[in-house]
Amino acid sequence: MATTTYFPEDAVKTEAPSLPSKLHEWIVTVDHKRLGIMYIASALFFFAVAGVMAALMRIQLAYPNNTFLPPEVFNRLLTMHGTTMVFLVGMPFFAGLANYLTPLMIGARDMAFPRLNAFGYWMFLFGGILLYFSYIAGEGLAGHGSAPDVGWFAYAPLTERAFSRGTSTDYWILSIILKGIGTTASAINTIATIISMRCKGMTLARMPLFVWLMLVVSSMVVFVMPPLTAGQIMLLLDRYLGAHFFDTQAGGSAVLWQHFFWLFGHPEVYILMLPGFACASEIIPVFSRKPMFGRAAMIGATIGIGMVSSSVWAHHMFSIGMSTSSNIFFAASSMVVGLPTGVKIFNWLGTMYGGKIRFATPMLFCIGFLFQFLIAGLTGVMLAVTPFDWQVTDSYFVVAHFHYVLLGGLLFTLFGAIYYWFPKATGKMLSETLGKWHFWLLVIGFHLTFDTQHFAGMLGMPRRIYTYAAGRGWDGMNLISSIGVIFQAAAVACLAWNIIRSLRNGAPAGDDPWDAWTLEWSTTSPPPEYNFAIQPEVRSSRPLWDLKHPEDPDWRYE
Amino acid sequence: MGSSSRLAGQLFATAVVACGQGLHSVGNIFDPQATPAESAYNVSLLMLAICAAIFVVVGGFLTFTIVRYRGRQKDDGREPAQVYGSNRIEIAWTVIPVLIVLVLTMATARAVVEVQNRRMPADALQVTVIGHQWWWEIRYPSLGIVTANELHVPLSTAAKPAVAFLTLDSADVAHSFWVPQLAGKTDLIPGHVNTMWIDPRQAGTFLGNCAEYCGTQHANMLIRVIVEPPADFDKWAAAQKLDAASEPRLESAQSAFLSLSCINCHAVSGTPAKGTFGPDLSHLMSRATLGSGRIPNTVENLRAWVKDPQAIKHGNLMPNMQLNSRELDEVVAYLASLK
Repeated sequence: MATTTYFPEDAVKTEAPSLPSKLHEWIVTVDHKRLGIMYIASALFFFAVAGVMAALMRIQLAYPNNTFLPPEVFNRLLTMHGTTMVFLVGMPFFAGLANYLTPLMIGARDMAFPRLNAFGYWMFLFGGILLYFSYIAGEGLAGHGSAPDVGWFAYAPLTERAFSRGTSTDYWILSIILKGIGTTASAINTIATIISMRCKGMTLARMPLFVWLMLVVSSMVVFVMPPLTAGQIMLLLDRYLGAHFFDTQAGGSAVLWQHFFWLFGHPEVYILMLPGFACASEIIPVFSRKPMFGRAAMIGATIGIGMVSSSVWAHHMFSIGMSTSSNIFFAASSMVVGLPTGVKIFNWLGTMYGGKIRFATPMLFCIGFLFQFLIAGLTGVMLAVTPFDWQVTDSYFVVAHFHYVLLGGLLFTLFGAIYYWFPKATGKMLSETLGKWHFWLLVIGFHLTFDTQHFAGMLGMPRRIYTYAAGRGWDGMNLISSIGVIFQAAAVACLAWNIIRSLRNGAPAGDDPWDAWTLEWSTTSPPPEYNFAIQPEVRSSRPLWDLKHPEDPDWRYE
Repeated sequence: MGSSSRLAGQLFATAVVACGQGLHSVGNIFDPQATPAESAYNVSLLMLAICAAIFVVVGGFLTFTIVRYRGRQKDDGREPAQVYGSNRIEIAWTVIPVLIVLVLTMATARAVVEVQNRRMPADALQVTVIGHQWWWEIRYPSLGIVTANELHVPLSTAAKPAVAFLTLDSADVAHSFWVPQLAGKTDLIPGHVNTMWIDPRQAGTFLGNCAEYCGTQHANMLIRVIVEPPADFDKWAAAQKLDAASEPRLESAQSAFLSLSCINCHAVSGTPAKGTFGPDLSHLMSRATLGSGRIPNTVENLRAWVKDPQAIKHGNLMPNMQLNSRELDEVVAYLASLK
């Protein structure tokens, strides 16, 4: 199977360059694959940092009245953890995957705008560094606090100068604006690439689902970053030029900020989640040995999610005292967004049904994702029921819900994606044994940590508290929740060791280790700078299936 | 900082034991004691049943698929039948969820209207709750009472229903009022006045928290709702309406208090102390806790608090006033007399 069809076997080998020249090559690169790897490596680095922050918070919360962290330190950690995970882990991971895989999957030699691509990456990295620089410089001249401590959605008027002195909040604002520019650049580039760079025969209908989802996600980014950036600029004007957009002491509106933020914030959840769906939609068919069940329905559902998710934002605001009709409207729209999401889950199930499922590590992570995302989706429907939301919003139930979405759902698929595409990017296989350790430790740790939090929330535990008194019914749950972190940390250590070990002396991967069907598996591992020596031509959505099964090609049925 | 917080923790542990009588410290949303919480509870049961059913069906099918269609050791090596989809199945698994969503939306709408559009009886007890960084100001405009951190409301019975109607505002940043057994949360947002109501059906003290992140001491912004039979409530209200106690033997202590900067922030009725930044102290000793639920309100704790509030609730807006021990004695003696 490992035959290269579109590219001759003899990849050009040059002698190893020196370290400075290697570094220089990476810094000045405009190659979509290198930028993709840089995005993902940076995201993994920030993931480790924000993971350590989470562990510190869990130590503090393990026991009632614990004094491991003082309140202001805890509040900075919760802000930095949330901001990092959303803006510096989830989004760049998506940008990295989109960068690395989109051109390979559509048979292109690079992104449409390679230099814009590099610009986007460096803006993101600079934004991330700026955020963390606040730990050093946030004290400002006045000596107020270091890193931002306003929470990742930074509700007004806590962010106004009266309540947030010093410069830490400014670092938060500026880093997010910069990151927003980088993300928008990357999204525009992805859209342009998908629209204009597809190889011969690759109609929109034949595009891999991964690419379809990236198209939808990138379009969403272009639509929802502006409200966020506008909100941040208004906040800067408030803080430095005496504007009063959100300054309630001068007649500004605290609710206005919430609308701006969640107008971005809710589609953002899907911007984070759809790339996970994209990976699952590539991995599940290959490891079930069947084509995606209901491809057209999957594409339709994705577009549906993209549109409906822009009209549900105020379900984050049920407790602000909206009118009855708004409360009911946003409950209904939030449940409606569950419909296309449900269709997706059913289609993945339909793909597995009747297949021959291979339980390699990428597939294990996708199966974990399916179970956990099912629960995450159901708790999401629960949160759409307004009166229930009045009870559990801003409680640990919500914390558990979105960690189920982003960790149980997104992170599992991203880990699956690492195991799936690492051989392509490096030419080396990751160890299956370590991969399975990684998976099972993460499953155990994840459920210990987050299952319990649902119950703490339903027993009245609000989120973002640095400590709590004994006797409120939360003690045991919090201890179990903290113990889970040990397993999760061990799981991530397995991944780190697996990557290091495999880079040193992993088994060679060959071009197509998983017997897969999309174009990236037709070139060498790792692909040459120009991807394909000869521009491929495709006749169906599974070009490699057609090649491997000339007796039963897909194009007969599409 | 570390050791003082530990002190506060120990002090609190004793508090929980001390006021265990009728204390509902676990805010279980599935043990509602007022109509708004009960409406949420009822719709939650339906929703949980539906979601559990979906979970069993889909999760069961997923498990079945994984077991039934697992790759086997002995395998002919051939690819399984390549199935591309089925419109009929797609329609089925779209229509069924649509129906479920319809049912849930109707049930939600009904519960929302039940809580939000309820007409308030003319005799509802009017209370204004104002959020501050990190305490609650509680005012009864019709009764002329101002207090803090403890909301007293009469018990509602079938024979004599009693509704407390709360007007929610904030003096600084956004907060949220959440006593899970009585009602879902409603935010206190500056410049955006909200309302909510409760009609508690069980006597006792219900514990709740501020549920919107509001800065350093968000964790220690606890609210206590004290539900008591109407006669007890009236007795409490009558006592709160009186001017603060002024005992002749504490005349020098009182003048010491009034001469210090305490009165810039705190009010004591019937005296020149009219500050509004901090909690009203007129009947300080009638309240169970200090620092909005941080420590129980005993004379020793009061002394520790006045001496250095930052050691007990780090970051709170009351500075350490650096009182010397004579001033401290007098201020605490005076405050301890404010029953």
